[in-house]
Amino acid sequence: MIEWAVITENLPEYAAGLWLTLQLTVISLAAGLLLAIPLAVLRTSGAAFVSRGVWAYTYFFRGTPMLVQLLLVYYGLGQFEWVQARWAEGNSLWLVFRDPYGCALVTFALNTCAYTTEILAGALRATPHGEIEAAQACGMSRLTMIRRILVPGALRRALPAYSNEAIFMLHGTAIASTITLVDLTGAARNAYSQHFAPFEAFIFAGLIYMCVTFALVGLFRLAERRWLGHLQARKSRQARA
Amino acid sequence: MTQLSVEDLHKRYGDHEVLKGVSLATEAGDVVSIIGSSGSGKSTFLRCINFLEQPDAGRITVAGEEIRLVPDRNGHLKVADARQLQRLRTRLAMVFQHFNLWAHMTVLENVTEAPLHVLGLSRAEARERAEAYLEKVGIAQFMDSYPAHLSGGQQQRVAIARALAMEPAVLLFDEPTSALDPELVGEVLKVMRGLAEEGRTMVVVTHEMGFAREVSSKVMFLHQGLAEEYGPPAEVFGNTRSERLRQFLSGNLK
Ligand SMILES: Nc1ncnc2c1ncn2[C@@H]1O[C@H](COP(=O)(O)OP(=O)(O)OP(=O)(O)O)[C@@H](O)[C@H]1O
Ligand SMILES: [Mg+2]
Repeated sequence: MIEWAVITENLPEYAAGLWLTLQLTVISLAAGLLLAIPLAVLRTSGAAFVSRGVWAYTYFFRGTPMLVQLLLVYYGLGQFEWVQARWAEGNSLWLVFRDPYGCALVTFALNTCAYTTEILAGALRATPHGEIEAAQACGMSRLTMIRRILVPGALRRALPAYSNEAIFMLHGTAIASTITLVDLTGAARNAYSQHFAPFEAFIFAGLIYMCVTFALVGLFRLAERRWLGHLQARKSRQARA
Repeated sequence: MTQLSVEDLHKRYGDHEVLKGVSLATEAGDVVSIIGSSGSGKSTFLRCINFLEQPDAGRITVAGEEIRLVPDRNGHLKVADARQLQRLRTRLAMVFQHFNLWAHMTVLENVTEAPLHVLGLSRAEARERAEAYLEKVGIAQFMDSYPAHLSGGQQQRVAIARALAMEPAVLLFDEPTSALDPELVGEVLKVMRGLAEEGRTMVVVTHEMGFAREVSSKVMFLHQGLAEEYGPPAEVFGNTRSERLRQFLSGNLK
């Protein structure tokens, strides 16, 4: 029999967990995206050593599990005396790394930034060469071209791939519950340990994740209609030809 | 006044010497058509003028100002001052074979983009200019469409409006009708004829012999990297000295 009490008695905790999950997702996605734009530009058009440097960063974050990254930041940093000394000083920048919320945000943002950088770099490389020549031919400076032609075009082309990344991040934030944070998954764990009814506790969290995922998919569909409409006609025209 | 002068332009790709010293000078209002068989270096010549390709040797002067060149480490010429090149490029607008409109911008945004962000015009001025030129090329009703939603001929007319909005000294056209369906060629040629009649200075690489014959003030026939014929169309077409040109024309008029 389904024990509804597991869910009803813990509704406030689930709601608070959802709120934390949304915060972690939205803030890390926003920070990651903002940082990814300049990094992707450097990755595709910077000097060789700059591009390599960006690649090394994205390679590390894409090559290791996010859980390992989170544990490394949350438990690993505190091992260094230098960091402990900053904490003792009350250095607010470094205190972020003593706080599980701060650790999760920093890790998630760096992780999604790495993936987003590569997605955007791919979209930047796919800029039609003619668009670049047209910009050069009218006397546009390199910086203006990046700002007005390359980045806006790439952001639009990257939308479909980026919508997957956003959904991965939403789901990925579940590991925040391993460093004491009570996100949606954390709330489910607590409900489970109070009632010893794992099915009810976790299926309810799963359903909420699913709803949020569908909302995200819908948002991205709207965004694609708004910002990718300019490419749609070309596709159908080519298909007809 | 000489709007554009190109002197002794050389360009090679590896061992292949594409241009072996080609010169050209246009007075205000001149329309120069460049003709020649495929691979004769027409596009290369045009693209060297605004440095989309790097010429190996030669002098290029736009509206009285010479583009300063210096040899780089390998002895090839390069532009001495990127700012100067940017400034002179604003005086040379280019229309491409494949239009090269910015796909993520509407027609209006395509035309206001460079006036706003390169010339530094105000929003109102740029919009006024764009509307006037879109009207001139007959595209004003598609101002808010994206390029992909237009036919090739319409896209090319937008590209022409985009070039005009820079109010350049010289318009460069690289086979503006070659990528178009035959029934769309006329609308673009009509716009170009109108521009020629207004006295705009134009350099046009084209396969449209009718245009070259009727509209241009000078015709250049490029062959094996040299201007084999260069003169008024009546002379070049009516009194053809070059056997090559005769062969080319008979092949073209078939
Ligand atoms: N980037 C390049 N690298 C090597 N060779 C090139 C390059 N661009 C052009 N060429 C060569 O230079 C020659 C001239 O090319 P160009 O495109 O100027 O000819 P064209 O007269 O414009 O021909 P078409 O009428 O086909 O457009 C050709 O033989 C071409 O293969
Ligand atoms: Mg060509």
